[in-house]
Amino acid sequence: MNRFESAVIRPQTSALATNKVLKNTYILLSMTLLFSALMAGLSMTMTVSPGMAMFSSLGAMALIWLALPRTQNSTAGIFVVFAIAGLLGFGLGPMLSYYLAIPGGGRIVGTALGGTGLVFLGLSGYALTSKRDFSFMGGFLFAGLIVVLIAAVANIFLAMPVLQLTISGAIVMLMSGLILFDTSRIIHGGETNYIRATVGLYLNIYNLFVALLNLLSAFSGNR
Amino acid sequence: MPMWSKILVAIFLVIMIVKLWPAANYLIKHGPKGSSDDWKAAILPILAVVGFVIFLIFMVRG
Repeated sequence: MNRFESAVIRPQTSALATNKVLKNTYILLSMTLLFSALMAGLSMTMTVSPGMAMFSSLGAMALIWLALPRTQNSTAGIFVVFAIAGLLGFGLGPMLSYYLAIPGGGRIVGTALGGTGLVFLGLSGYALTSKRDFSFMGGFLFAGLIVVLIAAVANIFLAMPVLQLTISGAIVMLMSGLILFDTSRIIHGGETNYIRATVGLYLNIYNLFVALLNLLSAFSGNR
Repeated sequence: MPMWSKILVAIFLVIMIVKLWPAANYLIKHGPKGSSDDWKAAILPILAVVGFVIFLIFMVRG
């Protein structure tokens, strides 16, 4: 059974096993978020160039595609998750330095960080307490992601600010939906691997933060 | 952003699209269909997030 089928066909898992996956996911997620923040701080201190930050982020993507599927069922997978979080955090350094340098930048970064945390806690709490199954959203969310990615590829060359804001707005909504979808998959036994679950939730939080940062800075009138 | 780095990022995004395509295709064809109640339960919190983001925008504008 591949991981897409697992979103549709639910294996029989006990409540104990589900709770264990959920607990391990949140522990690993909090540790990787902290590590990511440390790496972002290091990157800012080192005044890393945007080019190096780009390679760091692309390296994280390569790890997700190449190393994670091979290690997700072993302890080596934990190191891969930390490597992914570290590289993505390191890649955020120049962007954070840029935003912090603009007038009111500290407030924008702080608001984006706090906003991301509240959105994640609120949506995860909603999925956990309502116990609803959000697996029906999968097709819609993945199709939406593909549309956003196509728009992002086009905007690399078009560089249209309005399209950039539209993409950021769509990412906020898609990542919110994916937090519900991913949390619900863990609760209902659709995701039994806490390493994969952590990477999924980490990417939702990371993308939500970057999109929120982009929206807040654009509408603050200071950029 | 130099042209070579734009092309490199675009290549990575295209690979991501290619990798996501089977998942999207599978979930659209075989994924469970939600009732109108299910969709309401999903859309309401997302709309709340949209409202919260608008609130944050007004907050940073001062």
